[in-house]
Amino acid sequence: MNLNQNKLKASVTLLRIFIGWHFLFEGVVKMYNPEWTSFGYLATAQGPFDWFFTMLIGDATIGWVDTLNIIALMLVGFTFTLGIFERVGAIVGAGLLAMYFLAHPPFPGLTQMNVEGSYWIVNKNLIELVACIVIYQLPTGSYFGLDHLRKNKLKTQEQ
Amino acid sequence: MKWTRRDLLIGLGGLPILGAVWWAGAASSVGSRKKRSEILEQLNIKPSLPPAVPGIGGEPVRIGVIGFGIRGEQLTRALGFATDEWKEEMRLAAEEDPNNKRLEDFESQEPLNVKLVGICDVFDVRAEKFINSFSTDDNKIKRYLTYKEMIQSGDVDAVVIATPDHWHAPMSIEALNNNVHVYVEKPMTHTVGETYTLREAAEKSDAVFAVGHQHRQTLSFSTARDIVEKGTLGHVSLIQTNTNRNDDNGAWNYDIHEKASPETIDWEQFLGSAPKVPFNKNHFFRWRKWWAYGSGLSGDLLTHDYDRLNCVLNMGIPASVSASGGIYTHNDGRNVPDVIQVNMEFPDFSTGSSQTRGKEKGMTFCYSATLGNGFNRPTILMGHDATMELGNRLTVWPDGASTRYADMLEAEKMLPNVPIYQYDPAATSTDAVSSATSQYFADKGLMWTYIDGVRVDSTFLHMREWLSVIKNGGKVSCGIKEGFDEAISAHMAGLSWKLGRKIEWDAPSQTLKPIEGIDFDQVLLANENWNIQPEMVG
Repeated sequence: MNLNQNKLKASVTLLRIFIGWHFLFEGVVKMYNPEWTSFGYLATAQGPFDWFFTMLIGDATIGWVDTLNIIALMLVGFTFTLGIFERVGAIVGAGLLAMYFLAHPPFPGLTQMNVEGSYWIVNKNLIELVACIVIYQLPTGSYFGLDHLRKNKLKTQEQ
Repeated sequence: MKWTRRDLLIGLGGLPILGAVWWAGAASSVGSRKKRSEILEQLNIKPSLPPAVPGIGGEPVRIGVIGFGIRGEQLTRALGFATDEWKEEMRLAAEEDPNNKRLEDFESQEPLNVKLVGICDVFDVRAEKFINSFSTDDNKIKRYLTYKEMIQSGDVDAVVIATPDHWHAPMSIEALNNNVHVYVEKPMTHTVGETYTLREAAEKSDAVFAVGHQHRQTLSFSTARDIVEKGTLGHVSLIQTNTNRNDDNGAWNYDIHEKASPETIDWEQFLGSAPKVPFNKNHFFRWRKWWAYGSGLSGDLLTHDYDRLNCVLNMGIPASVSASGGIYTHNDGRNVPDVIQVNMEFPDFSTGSSQTRGKEKGMTFCYSATLGNGFNRPTILMGHDATMELGNRLTVWPDGASTRYADMLEAEKMLPNVPIYQYDPAATSTDAVSSATSQYFADKGLMWTYIDGVRVDSTFLHMREWLSVIKNGGKVSCGIKEGFDEAISAHMAGLSWKLGRKIEWDAPSQTLKPIEGIDFDQVLLANENWNIQPEMVG
């Protein structure tokens, strides 16, 4: 049982680090590219919530949307790779992915733009979102991550 | 509370991952930006901003419209006036397809300082539609029965001419002689002779003369000019432009109005200089299909493509033109070709060369058109160093064997199949997506145009420029010189097709090289296959 637990923890840790890696990279690339903007992604939004996304592309809002997106991506990246406050990270990550998914949902009848592969209702964004839920349910920061030091510290103090 | 080495390894194990990812992200971002800016610096292309023109101040320009058919309505909309019928039609279209933004675009169009004062149309229904739509209590619009009456009335400052081709020159000349400003549709004239008479009238007149080649306002073309002038493409030896249409409207089989009759149409006036034939609805509404009134592909569509390139390259009138083609897709009684290939030779023209002096000189402009297939063939400028696709959007690819880019190609900083420059002033969304993924995408022009709010119709810009020159002086971008080039080149193409031989231009004397026993204008106006086959008329 314990052995299985450890295997599960190791697997989830790997999942957590890779998702963090992915988010962090996306965030850093955007941060270092001053010309990057989510304008195109939002302007081409489709599906039942397109009105919401096209609302975000106004002159006044688009700068905020871009900055918040980078901050959120990095937050998930930091918490997941470092293994601390990962439940906060998981919620933010799932929220971000839900937005990405809803802006361009792979629903039948909608044209898929700029995507590799073929999808029907479920796509990689949705799968990564579910993975974030798994991270939320099974925090592994204390198994591998900064949380280990924090928990350890608490433990030591309790003793 | 001491942490063991094991604790630290477990606790801080994520740090090196974070560092590595950060470094990789920063390096790839900065690296690709550097690579891109190196290329852009090398190319040094300046995306064009929308033209700024001095305002149209003072009293509104009093405008008379001659011809209120399909194009006449479009031009009037560019002036800021749409019929209720059109608005309703567009409202329904937008309801059906939310992407149809034509009404929205029209409504956000900047108002021009003009007043519609008169209409002249030989078809009662159209004249009445104009008056019903635009006449108000404080501005009663007058219907003139002839263009002369309108021009000589003293009540109009400017006329917009959107009639069949054979009326363009006589009306323009009459207006210019009366110092009334002219905006005339293309082709500027219907015969070679008229082209000279009109040029003389325009040069003598104080009025402003503009030809309706609205794409001179298209931002991508002014950017294209910059690209070519900077030698980005090297020596351009071949230009391919095309017309690809495959529908009735595109083949000029426009709708025939149910109220058309000898009672509602002034047939004699429509005919003008054309051969006297009995009243014929088909001729009236689908006049582009006969040389008597129109000039087919060479006058209607080649002129667009020719002028598009003339505005980018300023290559002028070709030294010679050969054309071939036939009536292959719409054998419905028309006598203008529906498939045509026109080769224009410019043996002394060059866009500049990156190779040994004197090695490269001369260019062929090839216009290829069919009204029987709608596959989109883009306009391509083929240079020794790069290829440019020219449309509303511009894309430049380096050529694998380029001399200018040899070093960058060698170093794989450029790849022959990856564009080195892309520009889309009209783009709103989809291209912004590719800008996130394409490292070579230069989107400055794109965002600027969009953030400024509205997508602007180039016909509106063209009209605005004409009105601004009327009020403030200056030069229109498509005036008599450009119109002369366009008309002569189009007539050479028409003549070549009709005669089945090469037509040559003598630049020093500014005349067509004569062919013994041939009167060019007689040939241009000649109407073979004049009898209509009624069963083919749809």
